[in-house]
Amino acid sequence: MTATAFPAATDRPEPVPIRRPTVGARISRLVLPVFTGVAVLYLFLPIAVMIAFSFNDPAGRQNITWQGFTLRNYVDLWGRPDITGPMVNSLIVAVVATLISTTLGTLIGMALTRYEFKGRTGLNLLIFIPMATPEIIMGASLLSLFVSAGVQRDLTTIVIAHVMFNISYVVVTVRARIAGFNRALEEAAMDLGANEWTTFRKVTFPLIFPGILAAALLAFALSIDDYVITLFVAGRSITFPLWVFGVSRLGVPPEVNVLGTLIFVVALVFIAVQIWSQRRAIVARPEPGT
Amino acid sequence: MTKRFGDVVAVDDLSLEVKPGEFFALLGPSGCGKTTTLRMIGGFEEVTSGSVYLGDTDVTDLPPFKRATNTVFQNYALFPHLTVFENIAFGLRRRKTPTNEIRHQVAFMLKLVELPGYEDRKPNQLSGGQQQRVALARALVNNPRVLLLDEPLGALDLKLRKQMQVELKRIQSEIGITFIFVTHDQEEAMTMSDRIAVMRAGRIEQLGQPEELYERPRTDFVAGFLGVSNLIDADVAGRDERFATLRLDGGTLLRAPAAYVNGAPRVRLGVRPEKLRVIALNDDTGDSVDADTNALDGTVLDASYIGVSTQYLVETPDGHKLTVYAQNLETSGAGEVLADGQRVRLTWKPQHTFVIGPAIGPMPAGDAELEEEPQVHA
Repeated sequence: MTATAFPAATDRPEPVPIRRPTVGARISRLVLPVFTGVAVLYLFLPIAVMIAFSFNDPAGRQNITWQGFTLRNYVDLWGRPDITGPMVNSLIVAVVATLISTTLGTLIGMALTRYEFKGRTGLNLLIFIPMATPEIIMGASLLSLFVSAGVQRDLTTIVIAHVMFNISYVVVTVRARIAGFNRALEEAAMDLGANEWTTFRKVTFPLIFPGILAAALLAFALSIDDYVITLFVAGRSITFPLWVFGVSRLGVPPEVNVLGTLIFVVALVFIAVQIWSQRRAIVARPEPGT
Repeated sequence: MTKRFGDVVAVDDLSLEVKPGEFFALLGPSGCGKTTTLRMIGGFEEVTSGSVYLGDTDVTDLPPFKRATNTVFQNYALFPHLTVFENIAFGLRRRKTPTNEIRHQVAFMLKLVELPGYEDRKPNQLSGGQQQRVALARALVNNPRVLLLDEPLGALDLKLRKQMQVELKRIQSEIGITFIFVTHDQEEAMTMSDRIAVMRAGRIEQLGQPEELYERPRTDFVAGFLGVSNLIDADVAGRDERFATLRLDGGTLLRAPAAYVNGAPRVRLGVRPEKLRVIALNDDTGDSVDADTNALDGTVLDASYIGVSTQYLVETPDGHKLTVYAQNLETSGAGEVLADGQRVRLTWKPQHTFVIGPAIGPMPAGDAELEEEPQVHA
C-alpha cells in the first residue's frame, strides 16, 4: 500500500521506517476515484433518469414525478401513429443521409489525401465550414435557398440538408484513417494480380473500413437527432426531434423516454458490435473464398 | 529507358539486360535511381521514354497486375487484415486457382521459406524476419518470370540479414527464378549476386560479376563504393605484351596489365589495400626489387591492430596516402605491429593493379556491358 498519487512521500530510495499514511495522503488517495465517480455520474445521470422514467406510470401529461412502475408505455407505443410516424421519418432520413454522406465523404476524403490537384488546400479548408457554421444560420439560409428555388420542402429536402452537414464530419473522420494507410499495400495487391477494383475491394476498403464505420455512425447520430436545421427545411413533414419538441410544450409524455431508451439500447448494440468485430479481426480468420 | 519526375531525371537513359535465372543486383547510394529502375520493371512507375521487355514481350505499358513480375517490397507490405495463408494465397486467388491447389501451393511455399504451421497467424504476430519470409513466399508462389526485391533486408538487424542473405541465395538456386535485387549494401550485393550493376545519378557506372567489379573497377566511384581503393595518377610510360609501365609524378615506375591501358597518356591506377605487402625498411635492405613486383616506399603514418589484420596508413614521399590491410599471419605479440614513422616498402603483383581510364578528375559514367541474351531488358 503506497500512496501512488504522491510517490515522493513513501517511495524514497533510502530506507524509511514503516509508518501509517498521513491523513493528507489518505484523503488524496480518494480524490481520483471520487472525481471519476462524479464525472461518470454527470455523464450518465440524465440517461439513467430517462430510462427510469420510461417505466413510469404518470398521473397526468407531465412525466416528472415517479408514480409507479409499468411496461404499458412500451406496449402502447406501437399503437400510436402520432409517435411512430415521426420516428419512421427520422429513421428514413438518417439512413438515407448516412448512406449518401458516407459514400461521398469517403470518396472526398480519399481524393483529398491521395491526389495532388489544384485547389486541394482550399478544399481542405472549405470542408470545415459546414462544421463551423452555426446550425441556425445554415438552416435559415437553406430555407431561403429552397424557397427561392421553388423546391417543395419534405423529407427529400431534409435529407439534402443532412447530407450537407454530415459530409464534413465523414470527410474528417475518414481522412484520418486514410492518412495512415500504407500505399505499398495497394501496390502489393496490384503486383499480385489484382486490378484497381479488386485492390479496393480486398485491400483498401477492409483496411479503411473501421474509419468508414465510425464516420457512418457519427453521421447517423448527427442526423437522427438534428432539430435546428431540420425545422427550417422540413416543410410539413415531422421528424422525431420535431415531434418531441412539439409535444414537450404541453408536457413530455413517457413515450419520449421510451423512444430515447430504445435509441440508447440500439447505440449500445452498435458499440458492442464494433468492439466485437475489432476483437474478431485480431483473431486469425481465413478470407472467405472468392 | 528514362524516368523524369518533373525536371529531375531519376533514371537517365539506362540500358540493362538480365539473364534468365540470374541473381542480379542494382547497387548504389540512396537517390541513385535503383529503386525507380526496379519500380519501372514492376510497372509501378511509368517510363518517361524507352521500354521494358520481359523476354520478348514489351510490357512497358502494362499495369503491374498484368506483368509476370512479382515484388518483395521494402517493408514487406503484408496485408495486415489477412492471415499468412491468405497473404500468400492472394495472388493465386486472383487467378482463380482451385482451393485444393491453393492449399497445396501455400503449404509448399511455407515449407520453402521454413515457416510451416504459421498459416493462421496475422502479419503483426510475426517477427521482422518471418514477415520477410512471408513476403517472399507471397511473391514466389505466383511463379513469376522475374522476382523484384526492393531492399528486402533493409529492415532486419545485422545478424538476421546475414542469415537471410544465405537463405535468399538458397531459395533462388532452388527455384531458379530470376531475381533482381536493389540494395545500397555493397557487401550484400557481392555476397548474393551473380552480377551487379553499380548505379550513380540515374546511370549504370559499371556492370559485371562481383569479382570483376572488385578486382577491376572502371571508375573512381566504383573503386570507392565497392571496398577501399588506393588511387594514384600516373603517365603511361610504355607497354609490352603483358604489362604497361606507368610513371608516377615522383618518378617511380609501376606496372599494370597492358590490357587495362586503353591509349590515354595519363591514367589513374589503383590497388586494393589487402593486395599490398608491407616490409619494414632497415639500413641493410637493398634497393633491389623483384622485377615482377610493384614497389613503393613510404612511411607509416598510422597503424591500427584490429585482430584479423593490421591496418596501416602509409605516406609516400610524393604525398600519396595508401591504406594497407596486413594479415596478421605471424604476429605473435604487440611488438610485431610496425610503429608510426617506420620506413616501409609496399609491394604487390602488377596484375593486381587496376587502371581507371583517363585520369582527368572524376570519370563520367561508364558504359554497361551488354552482351548477353535478355530476360529482362529495360
